[in-house]
Amino acid sequence: MSYSDKVIDHYNNPRNVGSMDKSSSEVGTGLVGAPECGDVMKLQIKVNQQTGIIEDAKFKTFGCGSAIASSSLATEWVKGKTVDEALAIKNTEIVKELSLPPVKIHCSVLAEDAIRAAIHDWKKKQETSKPVAVAAQ
Amino acid sequence: MSTDVKTIPQVEQTAPNGIKLPIYMDNHATTPMDPRVLEEMLPYFMEKFGNAASRNHSFGWAGEEGVETARERVAKLIGATTKEIIFTSGATESDNLAIKGVAEMYKEKGNHIITAVTEHKAVLDTCKRLEKYGYRVTYLPVQKDGLVDLEDLKRAMDDKTILVTIMFANNEIGVLQPVAEIGKLCHERGVIFHTDATQAVGKVPIDVNKQNIDVMSISAHKMYGPKGVGALYVRRKNPRVQLSALIDGGGHERGMRSGTLNVPGIVGLGKACAIASEEMAKEACHLAGLRNRLRDRIMGRLDEVYINGSMEHRLPGNLNISFAYVEGESLLMGINDIAVSSGSACTSATLEPSYVLKALGTGDDLAHSSIRFGIGRFNTEAEIDYVADRVVETVTRLRELSPLYEMAKEGIDLKSVKWAAE
Repeated sequence: MSYSDKVIDHYNNPRNVGSMDKSSSEVGTGLVGAPECGDVMKLQIKVNQQTGIIEDAKFKTFGCGSAIASSSLATEWVKGKTVDEALAIKNTEIVKELSLPPVKIHCSVLAEDAIRAAIHDWKKKQETSKPVAVAAQ
Repeated sequence: MSTDVKTIPQVEQTAPNGIKLPIYMDNHATTPMDPRVLEEMLPYFMEKFGNAASRNHSFGWAGEEGVETARERVAKLIGATTKEIIFTSGATESDNLAIKGVAEMYKEKGNHIITAVTEHKAVLDTCKRLEKYGYRVTYLPVQKDGLVDLEDLKRAMDDKTILVTIMFANNEIGVLQPVAEIGKLCHERGVIFHTDATQAVGKVPIDVNKQNIDVMSISAHKMYGPKGVGALYVRRKNPRVQLSALIDGGGHERGMRSGTLNVPGIVGLGKACAIASEEMAKEACHLAGLRNRLRDRIMGRLDEVYINGSMEHRLPGNLNISFAYVEGESLLMGINDIAVSSGSACTSATLEPSYVLKALGTGDDLAHSSIRFGIGRFNTEAEIDYVADRVVETVTRLRELSPLYEMAKEGIDLKSVKWAAE
């Protein structure tokens, strides 16, 4: 398997590796994939509660080089975007940017899923935390 | 030692200790030729080009002499006689000839064949084809250590069983099957025993009589010989085994394998066997030493590392390890100056993790995390140390990147997590 230069670059210098406090109300966590399938991605976003802009993103990935690169790229792309803009990111854009071969397309799908799962988690927290916030005022 | 192996198609670099990169440690896939083998082969391309079947001139006689010397050398290495050696194009052909040849020849006697789930595809796919022609095939499971349970074999045999085909040494995990015992069970029941010994010949002692082997596949390029040549041992007495030919034609190789003989290749196989006869015992000690050194230097510095298959019944040069929480292909990418193989789905054409590791009961997650190290004649201690360092460094880095490692360290039982698969 030969990799594109961009995949190799993300593999050698992954961006935004790490973890954030998943209990924080500002943080949304997406955990997708399964160890049996050989790919698990954890993608976290930290959203500014006022502006709705994703201020920070972190990832950790168990998977091949293309899976690592896809999730690394996803964290780069979501940063600075609003959650709605981030939801619009398509796996095909990741495929194009990283020149992924057909057998690696599922890595980009997983990265898209991870973004969606993280945003979903954050949105769920907003719904449940709002009444608490009101009560606290 | 390295006179003619300078043309590796990658940029050669030099690592500390004068190691040449990339390092080749995938000797179960193929081996580099031993320069002594090449030297012996060379005259048979130009001066001694004759057809070994040409009986009436010196060109033919020279070819025939080369072939017959090779036949003696192959026979000697495995305790056979020269009339029991048939030259082929390699172990895949040998496996096909053995299995289809026995199935066809003995079809009046029965239609049942027994093999094991961890066999090479050359055996498994041949058996699958025979199933389409009405043969019945039993695929024996293996135990956690990779060995076939002899009780399972006994139970599988019935009065229609004509052939048992179980490999000598596994190509992924290097596990050695109890060949002598399997052969004994077969002989007690009048069943023919074939073993694919591609990975074992020249690596561990083989005696076809002591080990009750009736038919055995041999390959040259796994033992420092050339590619495209192999042999099949076919027992001549107690019992006399007969095979139907796959390839018809000029009646070469006692009618069992027609086609003009690949004289230089056969000469190379012969020389590779002669070297093995001389050096195998010493080499096995050396390889086991290197292998154990690699194992200790990796396992001493990393946690949650698992050896796949029996350590006791194993080829000296094989090490197959799973590095939990790290995916095999990403590990290979990190150690790209070292040539090894992985059982990860991502490295296979089928996108399925290794069926051999799955058969041991290794979970898919650990199968994805496996690396096969195949240590060979030309590997050095300095290379072993370099490989161990690079593996430890890369696994450590990838674990820092692994959500699974993080979860495991937090005390989360990964088996209890409900994974949202794609």
